[in-house]
Amino acid sequence: MADMERKREQILRISGVNPRKCMRCGKCTATCPSYDEMEYHPHEFVYMVETGEIEPLLKSESLYKCLSCMACVERCPRGVEPGKLVEAIRLVAVREKGGDRITANDIPALLDDEMPQQAIVTAFRKYQK
Amino acid sequence: MQRIGVFVCHCGTNIAGTVDVAAVSESLGKEQGVVFSTHYQYMCSQAGQDIIKNAIAEYKLTGIVVCSCSPRMHETTFRKTAAAAGINPYMVEIANIREQCSWVHKDTISGTEKAIILGKAAVAKVNLNAPLTPGETPVTKRALVIGGGIAGIQTALDIADAGFPVDIVEKKPTIGGKMAQLDKTFPTLDCAACILTPKMVDVAQNDKIRIFSYSEVTSVKGFVGNFDVTIKRKARYVKEDVCTGCGACTEKCPQKKVPNEFNLGMDNRRAIYIPFAQAVPKVATIDPDYCMMLKTGKCGVCSKVCTAGAIDYKAKDEYVEEKYGAIVVATGFNPISMDKFDEFAYSQSKDVITSLEFERLTNAAGPTQGKLLRPSDGEHPHTIVFVQCVGSRCDSCSEKGKEYCSKICCMYTAKHAMLTRDKYPDTDVYVFYIDVRTPGKNFDEFYRRAVEEYGVHYIKGMVGKVSPEGKKLMVQASDLIAGKQLHIEADLVVLAAAIEPDKSARPLATMLTASMDTNDFFTEAHPKLRPVESPTAGVFLSGACQGPKDIPETVSQAGAAAAKVIGLLCKDKLTGNPCVAHSDEMMCNGCSTCEKVCPYGAITYVDKEFRMPDRTTRVRRVAQVNEAVCQGCGCCTVACPSGAMDLKGFAGKQIMAEVDAICR
Amino acid sequence: MSMKNIENNNETYRPLIVAFCCNWCSYAGADLAGNNRLAYPADVKIIRVPCSCRVNPTFILRAFQRGADGVIICGCHPGDCHYTSGNYYTRRRMSLMFSMLDYLGIERERTRVEWVSAAEGAKFAATMNDFCETVAKLGKNKRLEDLRCKQ
Repeated sequence: MADMERKREQILRISGVNPRKCMRCGKCTATCPSYDEMEYHPHEFVYMVETGEIEPLLKSESLYKCLSCMACVERCPRGVEPGKLVEAIRLVAVREKGGDRITANDIPALLDDEMPQQAIVTAFRKYQK
Repeated sequence: MQRIGVFVCHCGTNIAGTVDVAAVSESLGKEQGVVFSTHYQYMCSQAGQDIIKNAIAEYKLTGIVVCSCSPRMHETTFRKTAAAAGINPYMVEIANIREQCSWVHKDTISGTEKAIILGKAAVAKVNLNAPLTPGETPVTKRALVIGGGIAGIQTALDIADAGFPVDIVEKKPTIGGKMAQLDKTFPTLDCAACILTPKMVDVAQNDKIRIFSYSEVTSVKGFVGNFDVTIKRKARYVKEDVCTGCGACTEKCPQKKVPNEFNLGMDNRRAIYIPFAQAVPKVATIDPDYCMMLKTGKCGVCSKVCTAGAIDYKAKDEYVEEKYGAIVVATGFNPISMDKFDEFAYSQSKDVITSLEFERLTNAAGPTQGKLLRPSDGEHPHTIVFVQCVGSRCDSCSEKGKEYCSKICCMYTAKHAMLTRDKYPDTDVYVFYIDVRTPGKNFDEFYRRAVEEYGVHYIKGMVGKVSPEGKKLMVQASDLIAGKQLHIEADLVVLAAAIEPDKSARPLATMLTASMDTNDFFTEAHPKLRPVESPTAGVFLSGACQGPKDIPETVSQAGAAAAKVIGLLCKDKLTGNPCVAHSDEMMCNGCSTCEKVCPYGAITYVDKEFRMPDRTTRVRRVAQVNEAVCQGCGCCTVACPSGAMDLKGFAGKQIMAEVDAICR
Repeated sequence: MSMKNIENNNETYRPLIVAFCCNWCSYAGADLAGNNRLAYPADVKIIRVPCSCRVNPTFILRAFQRGADGVIICGCHPGDCHYTSGNYYTRRRMSLMFSMLDYLGIERERTRVEWVSAAEGAKFAATMNDFCETVAKLGKNKRLEDLRCKQ
């Protein structure tokens, strides 16, 4: 439990988000382009971080379905910035996993002419888990 | 030499709980000039005031120090007590040992110490007090109402009803304001025009009321009871007293492509126009930005068709100067601009409209004669989406919207939704809401009727995006209760735009020295107890200039403001503030520095003859303060290089004595 | 840190602070602080003036001569002055006055102008807490103290 509380603090610190500012209008979720792909939606992220339900979020696939388009950040009338919260939770999840990310040494083997370099970099950052 | 009485109040335990009142009383009893000192449970009570009165008689007191709550609370009370006992009310000083001592300091020792010091400062000041007599100023028995909407109209009618003359200044060509643009009013569904236009006619026919339409206030000078106001009457190029309002010119004018602001630009009017059929005054106005005659000198059609000969192309702006005793601000509101809300595609699609535009679309006098038709193609919309809280309840740092709830949107949206379903049952109506706020008589019942009887789909959630696709508007929204993202193909999207104070309010507030909050709403003198008065004496507030309001609330506030104005105008004389600046003519060197810093122009210079010791006379230029105009800020006292200027009641010596007492 | 040192060195030392508050905004703000029971040190003694522009620089000199450790002047926010423009004069006069005091050896931290509105009780208390602490750190003001003025 204390671990989750620590993670919650960490998420809030990294993101700079204050979930208490949320007035539950759902505009973030209304605006989200990957809504159908996601198990938890932007407003649920905000609500669950506020109530301390971090565990399911860290395990959720939704973290990696978020396109980081930041439409929710742009549209939120209260300046809550749910997108930054998702980013922060993803970061915490990635840090937790630690060792099983791809390393810089793995990259040359993955490179071929077909593969865009951007994709490798992105994978380096978030998909390899 | 003063004979001072000190009265220390316990205020129940409010003061006595932290401050040793007996010690304060004893310590102050030893101060210079103090001949009597006591303490009592409640000094402001009848018994407490009697103690003061008796002490004044018994000890022949000339001055009083009351150690009690803030002077803002009971200074007047104790001044009246002193006056009743026969000493000058300005011989009373209050030491604030409650708000600024016992309530903020928990420690009895330091609290008592501070209370004694504050008491000493007050005693030191009273030692130097002199009796003051407030001057009297006459009251100009005429009121000015700025803004001719329903707030201004109601205020003016109520003041006129009490027999006082009133002038309404309205910047548009007609009075009526926003209410004239509305179709129906919630929750009774009366037709807005049917209840407003009789009031407008009442205003026009009331011989106590003058309407300055198409006019603006450009300067306000003076003070309560005696305001000098300059009103700019913009040139309307039509003689107001000659025009009969027949409207022939407005039909013949060849310039047909002027966006009609009364219909929010959804149709066009001519360059010479009467805003709407029931306009008051019913007089045409030429729009100088579009009139060919005014711009190029070639046309003159209106002057040819006008049988009354009312057209005057050479008209100039005129300035009227008038005196008023009281000013009522009723400048009203406007919907905020939707330009920054790209997600709703307001500027991309004609079929995304604001609620006020929707009012015009459903109004029988509107651009579609009351038929609900899409602005883009004139077809009947089958799916309508209403979006609530657009620009309301935003983050305080938001650049797009406002932090406050606009208060009226929930109700008018319920009205729009209900009326649409009533008139066009084949229409699907969706309302996206964050919260439905319906506090008010019969308000929640009204909203429930929209849902239960008229089958309006209320969905808890917000619209995230509106994208025009062909003839349709794709609305992407969230349904938070079902946990779904909705995609609706809509024909019309109506945005409940936040409302903001009219832009003219800010410069007006500066002219009136009336304060505003960060949202440019006027602040009231007290949020609960003086809600229709501004902190500036003689300036009153009516309607949405003070905060978002619906019509019933506006009308009741308008009546309340009128009652306050009548209360002021009933008086023949106002007693002024006797704490005014005063110049010592023997010390004045005539430098004019004080005249330059005075914000009220209360100081003038006169040439005066002085007798010299050798019996000759010499003429010197000296400052003179108009005590009726001086408000007593004391700016001149500091500016005066020779120390001739002083402020009664807050004299340099008195404040110095307070400093000395505190730093002893 | 240094606050603690002072307290250790001289436990009874409390600064003497004179606050000039304008009647319309800051004095009402101080009252509001009282209504809300927002504590600040008893070292602050408030003198009510109609407007911050009534504060003659000689009052400040007198206070320092008499042994005040800090002087603070509170007025309405710029633009909100009850008398339209009084606080603008205060701002200009006091910036000159304070730089002169600085020249005389009265540290800049001992003098301050703050804008506190009638609605800002919390700001009033916070300002006073901060000012008291700052002045307490500087210790006793000896520079302008005039023994002839002492009784």
